[in-house]
Amino acid sequence: MFLQDHISEFPILSAIIFLPLIGSFFILFLKNDPATQNQDSKIFALWISSITFLLSLLLIIFFDRGESSFQFVETRAWIQDLSINYKVGVDGISVWFVLLTTFLVPICILASWETIQDRVKEYMIVFLILETLLVGMFSALDLVTFYVLFEGVLIPMFIIIGVWGGSERVYASFKFFLFTLTGSVLLLVAILVIYSQTGTTDIVEITQTPISENLQYWIWLAFFASFAVKIPMWPLHTWLPDAHVEAPTAGSVMLAGVLLKMGAYGFLRLSIPILPHASIFFTPLIFTLSIIAIVYVSILAFAQKDMKKLIAYSSIAHMGFVTLGIFTGNIQGVEGAIFQMLSHGIISAALFLCVGTIYDRAHSRDIAYYGGLVKKMPNYALIFMIFILGAIGIPGTSGFVGEFLTLLGAFQVNKILALFAGTGVVLSAGYMLWLYRRVILGSLVKKHLKEILDVNKRELTYFIPLVFLVIWMGIYPDFFLDLIHVSAESLVSNYSGEKLTYSIVTH
Amino acid sequence: MIDLYKNLPAFLPEFMLAILSLSFLLILAFHNKAQNKFSSIFVSATLLFILFVEININHDVQSHFSGLFVSDYYTIFMKSLVIGGSLLTFFIATGKATIEDEISNEYGLLMLLSVLGMMVMISAGSMLSLYLGLELQSLCLYILAAIKRDYFKSTEAGIKYFILGSFASGMLLYGMSLIYGFAGTVEFNEIAALHTSHSLNPSFGLILGFVFFLVGLAFKIGAVPFHMWIPDVYEGSPTPVTAFFSVAPKIAAVSVFLKILLVVFVDLQNYWQQIIMFLSIASMIFGTFAALNQTNIKRLIAYSAIAHIGFILVGLVAGTEDGIKGVLLYMTIYLFMIVGIFSVILAMRREKIELIEIENFSGLSKTKPFLAAFMTVFMFSMAGIPPLAGFFAKLYVFLPAIESGFYFLVIIAALTTVVGAYYYLKIVKMMYFEDLAEEIDSPISNQIKSVLLLTGLFTLLFFLNPNPFLLSTAKAASILFSG
Repeated sequence: MFLQDHISEFPILSAIIFLPLIGSFFILFLKNDPATQNQDSKIFALWISSITFLLSLLLIIFFDRGESSFQFVETRAWIQDLSINYKVGVDGISVWFVLLTTFLVPICILASWETIQDRVKEYMIVFLILETLLVGMFSALDLVTFYVLFEGVLIPMFIIIGVWGGSERVYASFKFFLFTLTGSVLLLVAILVIYSQTGTTDIVEITQTPISENLQYWIWLAFFASFAVKIPMWPLHTWLPDAHVEAPTAGSVMLAGVLLKMGAYGFLRLSIPILPHASIFFTPLIFTLSIIAIVYVSILAFAQKDMKKLIAYSSIAHMGFVTLGIFTGNIQGVEGAIFQMLSHGIISAALFLCVGTIYDRAHSRDIAYYGGLVKKMPNYALIFMIFILGAIGIPGTSGFVGEFLTLLGAFQVNKILALFAGTGVVLSAGYMLWLYRRVILGSLVKKHLKEILDVNKRELTYFIPLVFLVIWMGIYPDFFLDLIHVSAESLVSNYSGEKLTYSIVTH
Repeated sequence: MIDLYKNLPAFLPEFMLAILSLSFLLILAFHNKAQNKFSSIFVSATLLFILFVEININHDVQSHFSGLFVSDYYTIFMKSLVIGGSLLTFFIATGKATIEDEISNEYGLLMLLSVLGMMVMISAGSMLSLYLGLELQSLCLYILAAIKRDYFKSTEAGIKYFILGSFASGMLLYGMSLIYGFAGTVEFNEIAALHTSHSLNPSFGLILGFVFFLVGLAFKIGAVPFHMWIPDVYEGSPTPVTAFFSVAPKIAAVSVFLKILLVVFVDLQNYWQQIIMFLSIASMIFGTFAALNQTNIKRLIAYSAIAHIGFILVGLVAGTEDGIKGVLLYMTIYLFMIVGIFSVILAMRREKIELIEIENFSGLSKTKPFLAAFMTVFMFSMAGIPPLAGFFAKLYVFLPAIESGFYFLVIIAALTTVVGAYYYLKIVKMMYFEDLAEEIDSPISNQIKSVLLLTGLFTLLFFLNPNPFLLSTAKAASILFSG
């Protein structure tokens, strides 16, 4: 009760945002003794990120489930002459992304425990800074604050891929940076246009200020340029497979788990509420691109020889469901999209960790390099199976709920749309099970795999919570959907009101 | 005597700088074996003292010598930037590693005199004093570019700068004489008042004169297509001189540029807005694309300087008070970033030989982690990535342009930053992703370290509280719009 009373005064969200940054500052000044420095910085970073995760759990505990607007709101004057504020807060949608981020960072640090031997201190600093930026971005309620954090993410991610990445890391990091930056600068221009029209950068206030329809189209396209690259949507996706393949395991985890969600979150938080008219106008475009992502990119996934690349392509296909769901504009579709993002955040992160596990042992990502691992790694085979099933969307796993709701939403809008999207589920079963068949099943004939070891304790520490979450989200999704529901409903009701006027005006 | 005394407060800094630099000249003349150490302390102390006086003089508008010399908050702000930038660029070159071979006594003297010229130029209230100041600074700069006489690139830089610079001065002078012929006066106030009365139809001669004038100034700030001297002069001049070139003269020239356009010829805004827009777009595009394939860091900085002038002009195209505030903020932030970058370049030496190829940066993060970290901050800031200072510089020129309706211009500017990001990232890549680590000279001088710390922290932490800078730039910008 004491806690309950005081939680409103404690700036809990800012604490979650800035704790990792402060932690990274301390790591910078750890004693410069090569013998202990690496170990110290790892332990310290793990502590910091774990505490951050525990703090973020408080958000769920004290979350008011009946409230659709933003909670834990903090406002501080920042740039006075433009009246830009540092304003953060979460609603039922963003609170889960904050949690997803704080949950994955300790896992990433654990996953890098032995694989990162070079510049460990810098690695931990960069990861904690990345966490600050991501959590801040998901809770930002001011456009400029949002943009600063949204684009700031590029710096640590560029460094993670470029410094600790594979052999083609330079190419991959540059491609990642320049692709995303191109979209982002257009987002900046759009934000400035919005500011010049409405005179404020407060996202909540802007939502209530109508923007002229002609301008909406242009702003929407600029937003789209930025978010579609981030998601990524076909045909702007080509940076993703490269970035994933070259990034270290933990980098891939953050990339697939959280960074891909930034674009879709942008659609949800900015495009739809601020530009409803243009969003409705461009819905066919989004649907087309989503279907291409789901069907065409799934087929591409079949042809991949590299495990990370295959999962990267499957991510693009899964994010196709997300964009499809968001723009159906009905409650099932939107909730499904949000749930799919969370589920994909967990599952794709877990799949990359699975690939990382065998890569650490055998140093190859080639599918053909493996085969029959179940003989030597039974526990690993089981864990991998659960995530594979989750990615396919088997009932009882989190993937099912997201895809099912999205399809339900799509079905209400257009049956053919749902049909195409449904083939994506089938295709994903195809490439995922085939991957599993080639890597895990069969007989163990390859000599270099004879000595391979099963998952160790450290790996189990992060695999078990992930398995648990995938199943929990699959069996009892209401725990998550409850919080999402109120916020998603207010989003949808505003949007469908706009839809009605749109159809009256255009017909 | 009494008259001089009455006038003292406003031009006190210029007066003292003149006295001090002339006494420095005398000291050098009588003790021609004066120690380098003495001269570096003398010059640094002089600049610091002048900066102190400049900041503390009366902020009110004052006009002296029958309008030849004007002082107000705007000129004080700009002069402080010039003096501060000169001080920092001089200071980083005085370290042990650089002092013997780069810094001669003449360097300090010429620098002081050119700063004096810039100050006169900024405060000029008439074309006469403007030209006087401009030529004083230019002549000093020509010699500075060629100060390393036994190095052919430096001599080449000096000659090139001199020929092209005199050509531009000639243009400027021709423009001035035309303006004088058609306006009948050289006083800024009178010219401004003149065409307010019949602004609907300014005479052809006046416009012609104005265009020549503009071309001369565009040369001084290095906007495309008047940029040809920049890459060669930047590359050929000794590095401390390049650092100085990239800060002080540029700020002084931009300061005059703003004043001429917004105070003296504000009524011709419809005419010059298009010209400036062309200069801006051409500079941004040419600067960024030309920088892509540079392998020499000084040349790369030169081309990026051209691109940055393009960005600065975006604020001027907007032409509003907010736009000018953005320009001033951009100059301030650019000053800190560029001084920081040159501190890093000056620290890059192996057995006392300058390392100015981009390749030389490879593996720097292994051998000098802090140097590399600071350079990374500067590079991302130059590329305009938030939350670093460079982002706010861009934000504050883009926003006014958007508010004035120049969407197209801002989109071009935004897209060129992406191209620009490529070559800044290339340096980060060299430092962090490559492993060809070769040690550079240790230790880095304390002067470089301290300036690096100052500029690096400024760039990194600017976002925490940008308000004081915004307030003073806003106040300075409002002066240009008060008349």
